[in-house]
Amino acid sequence: MAALEFRDPIRAKALAAALARATGDVGREVSLMHVCGSHEQAIAKFGLRSAFPRDLNVIMGPGCPVCITDQPEIDEAVALARQGARIATYGDMVRVPGTAGSLADAQARGARIDTVYSVAQAVDLARETPDDVVFFATGFETTAVATAAVILAGVPKNFSVLSAHKYIPPVMEIVAEMPGTRVEGFLAAGHAATITGWGIFEPFVARHHLPVVVAGFEPLDILAALVKLVELVRDRAPAVVNMFPRCVTREGNRNAQRRLWQVFRPIGGRWRGIAHIPNGNLRLRDEWAAVDARRRFTIDLASLWQHAPSTLARQCICGNIMAGIASPDDCPLFGGACVPDAPVGACMVSSEGTCRIWHQYGGVPDLTAVARPFQGRDDRGAEGPALRDNASRGPVCPI
Amino acid sequence: MCLGVPGLVVEVDDLTAVVDFWGVRRRVRLDLVDEPVAAGDYVLNHVGFAIRRIPPEDVQTTLELYEQLLKEASGDLMATDVRSEIENLKSEF
Amino acid sequence: MSHLAADDRIMLKHGAGGRAMRRLIEDAFLRAFATDPEVPAGLVGVAAMDDGGAVRLGDRWLVMTTDSHVIQPPFFPGGDIGRLAVAGTVNDLAVMGAPDVLGLTCAVILEEGFPRADLERILASMRIACDEAGATVISGDTKVMGKGEIDGIVINTAGMALAPHLVRDAGLRPGDRIVVTGTLGDHGMAVMATRHGLALDVDLRSDVAPINGLIRAVMTAAPGAITAMKDPTRGGAATALHEMASKSGVGVMVDEAALPVRDTVRGVAELVGIDPLLVANEGKALLGVRADAVGRVLETLRAHPRGADAAVIGVCTEDRPGMVILDTGFGRRLVAEPEGELLPRIC
Repeated sequence: MAALEFRDPIRAKALAAALARATGDVGREVSLMHVCGSHEQAIAKFGLRSAFPRDLNVIMGPGCPVCITDQPEIDEAVALARQGARIATYGDMVRVPGTAGSLADAQARGARIDTVYSVAQAVDLARETPDDVVFFATGFETTAVATAAVILAGVPKNFSVLSAHKYIPPVMEIVAEMPGTRVEGFLAAGHAATITGWGIFEPFVARHHLPVVVAGFEPLDILAALVKLVELVRDRAPAVVNMFPRCVTREGNRNAQRRLWQVFRPIGGRWRGIAHIPNGNLRLRDEWAAVDARRRFTIDLASLWQHAPSTLARQCICGNIMAGIASPDDCPLFGGACVPDAPVGACMVSSEGTCRIWHQYGGVPDLTAVARPFQGRDDRGAEGPALRDNASRGPVCPI
Repeated sequence: MCLGVPGLVVEVDDLTAVVDFWGVRRRVRLDLVDEPVAAGDYVLNHVGFAIRRIPPEDVQTTLELYEQLLKEASGDLMATDVRSEIENLKSEF
Repeated sequence: MSHLAADDRIMLKHGAGGRAMRRLIEDAFLRAFATDPEVPAGLVGVAAMDDGGAVRLGDRWLVMTTDSHVIQPPFFPGGDIGRLAVAGTVNDLAVMGAPDVLGLTCAVILEEGFPRADLERILASMRIACDEAGATVISGDTKVMGKGEIDGIVINTAGMALAPHLVRDAGLRPGDRIVVTGTLGDHGMAVMATRHGLALDVDLRSDVAPINGLIRAVMTAAPGAITAMKDPTRGGAATALHEMASKSGVGVMVDEAALPVRDTVRGVAELVGIDPLLVANEGKALLGVRADAVGRVLETLRAHPRGADAAVIGVCTEDRPGMVILDTGFGRRLVAEPEGELLPRIC
């Protein structure tokens, strides 16, 4: 296959120009929301925000599973670790604090925490040790299907799962219904939709009359999807459009869906700093009680909570920040009780969270006006050619 | 939310495949993939599992979608403008 | 309360080279070792938080530095803890402008049961690194601790060198170019790939090497051209550039397309979601270079075997002091410092 470029900066500039024109056509500020931490990561990594037009407000919604994993769920993992179980989990979760510290804190006090890249590694770990290995399972349906797959393939007796998996479609309903929300369209997560299929958004669009565009994660994917979404807003055309057809189909990955629902069932639960989300949490079905850490162990949260502070979480306004109706400055906790080292809400937890960025840089610095290095300088002669010798636009995305 | 990385299948061994990600190889499980995978295919990997075989024709469809979008977004009047913009950018890089 | 729980114990992040470590140093060590404000004319003390300290001796500076090395695994692709211990200290001296090492010390703490053969292999590797650096170990110390009281082996090396002029990490001026002496991220990614059971099949090697010869070459060929220097070890180039920018009171604009990063390092970076700018290097330096001398500096670096991939990666600006801004080719973003130990992520 030819080196097909989804990171072509030339096309990216053309798409950014198209985005500016489409936003200009609307003639007012447009607020869109993505519900995917990886979209925020990609937007940040490639510096796309500085390429968005001023009137386009791309809000980071509740799409980062690390951020929205509720404190009591982390507490369960910490309690199990303190009770002597070996906790295996994805690196993302290790430093996120619950009400009584994070897994990293527990590790500092002697608990055994293993960071894994794949749930399959956690199963391997259980095979190599006589100890109880509990996989603290976080992530959305994309990640949950992998947990389901290892359970269906058979796990050793000392392996169990503490599921904090989340299911993304229900939260979009909640955000769309938040009073005062300015969100006029959603960018849906391409990798989650790879599993669920884009058809799942059709009832949502019918109910809320808001357009949904499924987007991939390369710069061109994100820019093109935003152009499409702004056009749908401009044309008042609520519809689902799949702009990631290389990975997403209407019906999705049926094999993975089947496995997901064989192992998990959706139940309601709190998402950190947002709300109670009906059907937003994935728990193991009854027939998998034997591998469910919640049923295998008595999790002693009481001892953990003895000294826990009265819940600051009630004052947290992350939900409003994510809905685009408040800024960190409006929050009584921001910068005081809620700081990057001891975050209260979702927006301070993530490295790309709105509050975290505000805290680090005193607001969101406007980088649109910054000159490109070396460009338009008279003295580039000396290093000009040399500069580009090593120039590489990152690995060319093979597909 | 989910770091998905595309890679090229090098060899398939029953329920796993060796996949090349920019020169980095890793064994990936095939339990979840939606259709049979063979060496030479591209797959989307998430946490060590292939979650999608990426058909080459769908890659082409995606690219065409973007070209189409550019064409529509720019309209007839703007077309020259964008073309010259692209030309300028090309010379810049 | 949860705040206290996090702060009354030392955590891994306090040793990871990022902001948490800097805060610990500022809150604990600087308070203990602050120097009398009268002294500083002839002294670079801990408060400078530079790569080493220095004392004026007549018309020259005696530069000193000390570094303890712990790494799991002690043997990794491209090197081992011994080579790391020598290179780390020699490079800290070199980036202070003192590439001619007078002598090193070597203190080793071993865990009961540590294989003798491994120790000898490590010492042989130290010897090779010393030969490369033109350095000699002139004093040493050995301690053994009980099983489980220490993780295998810890090596501390200290070094001394004389320099006619110091090169500080705070000397950047607007207009200076930022030059890196070679590819970024090799060490951190090589070690990462062997840890966390990533099960990757990839030829990644640590860049661990003494680079005082390279620094000497460039200081000789272009005297006065280097305005600031730092080795981007733990915390990676991002942390080093942040420190240089904020101490110097300049902004730094980095051109992502110019960053020399091996394809394999980029590949692992994509897979585990970690930015190569945040990852440790053990055989590289970041140089602030006067704009008019950049050609000569690059030429000299590239003529040296340890500088073949040297590149100009950025420019210092009067604007936005203390900020490191990356131009990605698609837009711009702020480069954040890593918060703690880097872990592979899935989202």
